Amino acid sequence: MTGRRHRGGGPYPDRLITYEEEPVRSMLGDKRAIAVFIGPALIVYTLVMIVPLIWSAGYTFFDGSVIGGFNFTGLDNYKQLLGDDAFWASTWFTVKYGIAVTVGQVGFGLLLALLYTFYLKRASALVRTLVFFPVVLPTVAVAAMFTKLFAVAPQPGLINSIASVLGMSGDRDWFGDSGSAFIVLVVMDVWRSMGFYAVLLYAGLVDIPDDIIEGARLDGARGWRLVRHIILPMLTPILLSSVIFSINGTLKVFDSIMALTGGGPGDTTSPLTLYMYKTAFSFGDYGYGSTIAMQLTLLSLLVTLVIFRFSRKDQTR
Amino acid sequence: MKLRSVAIAAAAMLALAACSSGTDDTAASGPLQVKYYSVQQPTEGWPLVFGKLTDDYAKTKPGTTLKVEVAPQADLDQKLQLLASQNNLPTIFNAPNSNELLQQMYNSGQILDLEATLKELGVFDKLNPAAVELVKKTQGGKLLGLPLELNIEGVWYNKKLFADNGITAPTTWEELSAAAAALQAKGVQPFAASGQQGWPLTRLLGNYLFRTVGPNALQDVKDGKAKLTDPQYVAAAQAVADLGTKGYFGKGVGTLDYATAQDLFLQGKAAMFYMGSWAVRDFGNQQTNKIGADNIGFLPFPTVAGGTGTADQTPMNAGLTTVVSKKGYNAEVGAWLKYIVEHYGDRALSEIGLVSGFTANPPADASALTKGVVTQIGATKQPLLWFEALFPTKATDTATKNVTRLVTGDMSPADYMNTLQKAIDQG
Repeated sequence: MTGRRHRGGGPYPDRLITYEEEPVRSMLGDKRAIAVFIGPALIVYTLVMIVPLIWSAGYTFFDGSVIGGFNFTGLDNYKQLLGDDAFWASTWFTVKYGIAVTVGQVGFGLLLALLYTFYLKRASALVRTLVFFPVVLPTVAVAAMFTKLFAVAPQPGLINSIASVLGMSGDRDWFGDSGSAFIVLVVMDVWRSMGFYAVLLYAGLVDIPDDIIEGARLDGARGWRLVRHIILPMLTPILLSSVIFSINGTLKVFDSIMALTGGGPGDTTSPLTLYMYKTAFSFGDYGYGSTIAMQLTLLSLLVTLVIFRFSRKDQTR
Repeated sequence: MKLRSVAIAAAAMLALAACSSGTDDTAASGPLQVKYYSVQQPTEGWPLVFGKLTDDYAKTKPGTTLKVEVAPQADLDQKLQLLASQNNLPTIFNAPNSNELLQQMYNSGQILDLEATLKELGVFDKLNPAAVELVKKTQGGKLLGLPLELNIEGVWYNKKLFADNGITAPTTWEELSAAAAALQAKGVQPFAASGQQGWPLTRLLGNYLFRTVGPNALQDVKDGKAKLTDPQYVAAAQAVADLGTKGYFGKGVGTLDYATAQDLFLQGKAAMFYMGSWAVRDFGNQQTNKIGADNIGFLPFPTVAGGTGTADQTPMNAGLTTVVSKKGYNAEVGAWLKYIVEHYGDRALSEIGLVSGFTANPPADASALTKGVVTQIGATKQPLLWFEALFPTKATDTATKNVTRLVTGDMSPADYMNTLQKAIDQG
C-alpha cells in the first residue's frame, strides 16, 4: 500500500526511491498481495451492493411479505408491470423530470462557469460560494422553503405576493395541478444543484490553456463562436461526466419530491423511486416493489450506456 | 445515490435481524415491564392514561413499569413488520395502519384475539358493545385491538359566524350547500379541510354515499355487489367535487396540513370543519382555540334528499387500536391488562376528556363538548365506517392522494371513481 500511495511524492519521497523499481512491480504481481489490497473493499462492496442487488432481484419472482411469508409467482410481477398504468406514468415522469432537471442543472452550471471565467474572472470567489451554498443545505430544508415560497394558503407566499404586486393573479395554487407542481420541482432542483455543476465545469474551464483561447481570439473567434468551437469541445469530457452525474442523480430523485410534493397532487409527480418505496414499504408488497426497482436500475444503466457511447464517438472525432 | 443508500440500509437491517433474532427478553425475571410501541407520546393520549394506570397498579404489584416507545404513524407498519419478522414485538403496540398487515399478524400467531383473552380475564363486559362491533367490522370480524378511543364524526361549526350571517344549522345537503354559498358570498371561507391528509375530504364522499345509497354502500363495493363507477357513486364524487370547484374549501386546499386546516377553523377564518370528536381535545385548548369552546357546535352529517340514510347513523371509529403480542403475553401481563381494562374508561375521561370504547361515567366537570359527544354516541342508532375502511391499503392511498385533484377540478368525478375502483380490483 505504501508503495502506491507515495508514488507521487508523498511525505516520504526518499523512501520511495528504494521501493519504486522492482519491489512494487513484484508485489502487485503477487496474487496474495492483490487479495489483501482489494479484499476488504471488495467484501464491503459485495455485502452492501451486490448481495442486496441479487436479493432484490430474487424478490421480483415472489409475492407476499416478511410476516405472511413469500410465495413463488414466477413472472407474475413482470406481467403486472406491463399493464400497470401507474408504473408507466411514473416512468414517464422520471424521464421527463430527469431530462428537464439535467438540462437545467448542467445548462445553468455551464452558463455560471462561463460567467465565472470570462466575466467575473478573479472576483468570482464570492459569487461561486453563494451559488454553491444551496448544495450543502439539507434537501428537506430547501423543500420547506420552496413550499412557503410558492404557498397560497394560509398566507400567500413570496411568489404569489410578487405576482399580485405585478398585477397578475396572486392566488395561484402552484401545487394544485401537475403542470405547475412539476415546474416548482424543476426550479427547486436546478437551483439546488447548479452551483455544484458550475464549480465542476469551472474546474474544466480553468484547465483549458490560456494560449488556445488567446489564439482563437486572434483568429477572430468571439462570444458564441469561441464557446461553440473552442470551449465546448475542450470541455467535453467534463461536460459528459456532469451529464452522467446529473441524469443518474435525477432519475433516482427521491428526497426533494418526497419533501416538496409527496408525489402529489394525486400521483402526478411520483417518480419510480417513490412508487417503489410506497409499493414495498407502505403497501408491504416487496416483490412488486423490487420489480419496480429493477426497472429503475435498468433505466439508469441504459441511460449511462447511451451517454458513454456518445462520449466515445466524440473523442474519436 | 438513493439506490445505494437503500441497499446499505437493507444490508444493515439484515445484519441487525441476524444479531437480534437470538435475543429473547420476555422471559426476563423480576418485576413486569410492559413495552408499549405507540404513535403517541408518553405525555399524551393512550400512553399517558396507560402510564397513570400502571403507576396505580404498581402500588399493589411493586416495580411494574410501562416503557413507551414512539414511532411516527407513517413508519409504524414498516417497523412492526421488521419487529414481527424478528419475532421481537413489544408487549402491546398500536395496530398497523394496514388491515392486511394486521390480519397477517393474527394469522401467523403474533397477536391475541382479545375477545377470548378479555373473556378469560372476566372483563369483556367492560367494553362498550357498540365499540366492539365497530372494531370487529374493520378487523376481519375479530376483536384484535382495544378501542382506546371512540369517536364520532361530523361537521363542527362556528356558531357566531353562522349567527352573524343569518344561517341556521343545516340538516340536509341542500341546506349545507346553501349555507356554504351564503358564507362564501359574505367573504367567509365555508370549510377548512386538510387536502394534504386527504381523508378529511374523502370522509365527505363516504358519508354522502351512506346518506344516499345507505349504510351498506361501501360493504356492497367490497362484496362486489356495486361498483364505485355506478351512477349513484359517481354522483357522490360529483357532489363533493362541486363544493371544491365552487371554492368552498378555500385556496390551496391540497397543501394544507392537518394543523393548519384546524387552525383556520379555530381562528375563525373558516366556518365549518369536518372532523372526528378527537379534535375536542384541541378545541378545549385556549391557546390555539381563539373562537372559544362554547362557540363550537356539532352537526350530524346532513341527509341527502331521496337517500335512504338517516341522521342517526353516525360515522364512528375507534381510532388506531392497540393490540397485544401473543408471545409477550403471560399471567403477569394478563393481571396488568385486567387492571387496565377495568379502569381505562373512567380514567381516560377524567384525565384527558377522552371518550373511549370502554364503559365509563363522564365526570361532572367534563366539558360541554365532551358531554355532547357522549350524548351523540348514545343517540347513534347505527355506527357507520369511513370511506376507505374496507379498502385495501393501496386503494386507500389512491383515494386520499387523488381527492385534492377531485376538489380542485384537476380530475373528473368519473375518473376519480374509476381509478379507485381499479385500485380496489387490483387488491
